[in-house]
Order: sequence, then structure tokens, then C-alpha cells
Amino acid sequence: MSSGFSDYLRRDLLLAYRRRGEAASPLVFFIMVSTLIPLGITPESARLAEIAPGIIWVMALLATLLSTDGLFASDYQDGSLEQLLISPQMLAMPVLGKITAHWMVTGLPLTLASPLLGVMLSLPEQGYVPMLVSLALGTGCLSLIGAVGAALTVSLRKGGLLLSLLVMPLYMPVIIFGSATVQSAIDGFAWSGPLAILGAMLAAAIALCPLAAAGALRLTSIN
Amino acid sequence: MPNTPLLTAERLLFERDDCNIFEQIDFRVGRGEIVQIEGPNGSGKTTLMRLLTTALQPTSGNIRYAGQAIDLCRYEYLSDILYLGHQPGVKMTLSAEENLRWMAADCINSAQGALAAVGLAGYADIPCYNLSAGQHRRVALARLLMSNAKLWYLDEPFTAIDKQGVSFLENCMRDHIRRGGAVVLSTHQDLAIDGVRKYSIVPHVDQGGL
Repeated sequence: MSSGFSDYLRRDLLLAYRRRGEAASPLVFFIMVSTLIPLGITPESARLAEIAPGIIWVMALLATLLSTDGLFASDYQDGSLEQLLISPQMLAMPVLGKITAHWMVTGLPLTLASPLLGVMLSLPEQGYVPMLVSLALGTGCLSLIGAVGAALTVSLRKGGLLLSLLVMPLYMPVIIFGSATVQSAIDGFAWSGPLAILGAMLAAAIALCPLAAAGALRLTSIN
Repeated sequence: MPNTPLLTAERLLFERDDCNIFEQIDFRVGRGEIVQIEGPNGSGKTTLMRLLTTALQPTSGNIRYAGQAIDLCRYEYLSDILYLGHQPGVKMTLSAEENLRWMAADCINSAQGALAAVGLAGYADIPCYNLSAGQHRRVALARLLMSNAKLWYLDEPFTAIDKQGVSFLENCMRDHIRRGGAVVLSTHQDLAIDGVRKYSIVPHVDQGGL
């Protein structure tokens, strides 16, 4: 086994494919809640267009958070995490593989489904491309940051709430710059600025989060 | 046979909540040896296994692999060990063969062959949630046949397997030590293998002393 990245990526994608229903739940949540917004607030397109970038981003964040909990949980329960911890390769690579799989199963479908929600929430035309790009980068950040929280809380039986509390502050910059990207495009400003910061956050997260998650997994296994 | 034992544990101690789990542990495992770790429930057999497999860090003491501290030859050591814990580490939604394909990284035998040997021929493509607990165990045991690890750590390997399974596992261990490997296992059962060395863990007196 070279580094473990591709092995774990493929394995987790296969696992997600076998449990399609469960894997699709963040996406279903994302679409469902965003459908309720026009019903609950107003069907008036001018007002919807105002809040659309924020709503889509908040929903994407919550949908990701919903699924982060299970990132390491099943591996922990069936003992495969223990095997991973004592495998000779560097732990961060398989962890990055798992995170990438998680993003491909949650973040990527959310990104691809977002234009549909854009239509439902009457997102102005110039907002679509920035929304797709910012969601693609941003959900990557969310998966990576969430993995650190999931690794820290994996040994707790009811870690869901603690996980949310842990990662929420770290999610804030992502949502601020994510929705700012879309908003500035709608307002007719250059949107490359906030997007660049989002990209920088993603780059930093790719470099640091797998290491942090690997460290956290070692830490929590000491019990 | 070279003089240095394959594995040496020196003055090993592990503290949890400021309390030692067991008395100081000193033992060695030579090539071609089977060491059976004994002790009452809760005496720290699994903890010792996890210390030896580096899943836990000892509070004090050293573990040496072929004479070298394992911190210095971590990659080598971890490549040479195989650990079967309490949980079989079998993914329910994957088939037996898929499970083996990624579990046993250093394949020396085919997954099909190994599954046939553990009595799961014809079950290779069935998702593991359709198999019984004993069959999950057998999937995990098939790893033994596929790996070329020198040192096996088997924590309660006889759980949930039937008589044929037990004798199969004993045969595996015999073959393994004949090839110059070594086995450390914890079980309450007596093995039908000659020359098994027993090591009793002494639980620490303060712990659960009432």
C-alpha cells in the first residue's frame, strides 16, 4: 500500500454507494429546506433574491454538518479505525482520502444541485457561476474542518452536539466569504476577492486539517 | 536462531486515571514462539495488546522489536505485525472479498483462496450483513492467511467461532511458528498446541480492590 489515500478514497466511495439512501440525506435536506423558504417567507422574487445567497450557503453548511458526524463513527464502531491507527503508513493520507470521499458524496452533489435552488429562490443571473465556484471550494473547507471535529468526538457516544459546537466557529469564516462571493457578484462588484480568500482557506485546510484529524484520532484512541 | 528475541517488553506500565492497570510487565517473544496472555477479566489483556500494537502509548517502559526500540523502527515494526482485535473490523455493506481486499494490504494469497480456507467459499460476494457473527470472525481470520506479517497479535481470537474454526486457527498458528513467526494471543481457552508459553498478567492491587 503506497500511501493509503486512493485506497481509502475508493473504499469510502464504495461504502457510500452501498448505502445510497443514507448518503443522499444531506442533499435531500438541502433541497427540502430550501424549497420551504419561499413558502415560509415570501414567494416575492425581489425579496427572495435578496436573501438567496445567504440561504443557500446556510443550508449547505447545515447539510454538511449533518453528515460530518458519521465520518469516522462507523469505522470506530466496527474496529477498522483501530486497524487504520496501527497501519504503517502516515495516518494523514488515509484520513485525507476519507475526507475527499466525504466531499464527493456531500459537498459535490450540493454544489451541483445549487443552481436548481438558485432558480427556486430567484437568484439573480450573475450569481450562478460565483455560487457554483464558491460552494465547490467552500464545501471542501467544510468537509476538512468537520473531519477534525468528527475525529475529536469519535469516541463519544453522543458527540453530535459537541461536534457542532467545536466546528461552528471554524465554519464562520467559510460562510462569510462564501456568501460574500455570491453577494458581490449580484451587486455588480468584482467577486474574485472573497473567492480568493475562500481558496486560500481551502489550501490551508487541505494542508492542516488531515494532520489535525489524524492527531485527534490518535488522541481519542487513548481510552 | 539469532539471540535477540523478536519482541521484548521491558518494565511496561500503563496508567489510566492515575492508577496502574497492571503490575510491571516484562516479557519476551522469540521467533517460533506462541505466548498466551492470561488474566482475569479486566486485568488488562486488551490494554497490553494495544500497548504492544502501539495503539496506546505506555506510561513507562520500552518495547523493542528485534532489539530496536519500536519508536525507531516504527514503519518496519508496524509492517511486520498483524492485529486482530475484539471487533473484527469487517464492513457490513461490503462483501467478504471486498473486505479482505483492502484489509490485507500485503497479499500473498488470493482473497478467494483465503476465504475458501476459512470455510467461506461461495460467500465471497455476499454482503457481510447477511453473514453471522462467527462468519464475520472468519472473514477477519482469513487475513492471517493473506498476510506475511511476522508477529501476530490475536485478542480473544476464539470468540464466536465453532470447533472446526478453533482447530483451523490452531493449525494456522502452528504453520506460522514453523515459518519462524511468532504469536501473542489472549484467551481463556487452553490451546491444543505444544510449547505454548503462558504469561499471567497481575492486576494492580489498588484497582477494583473492594
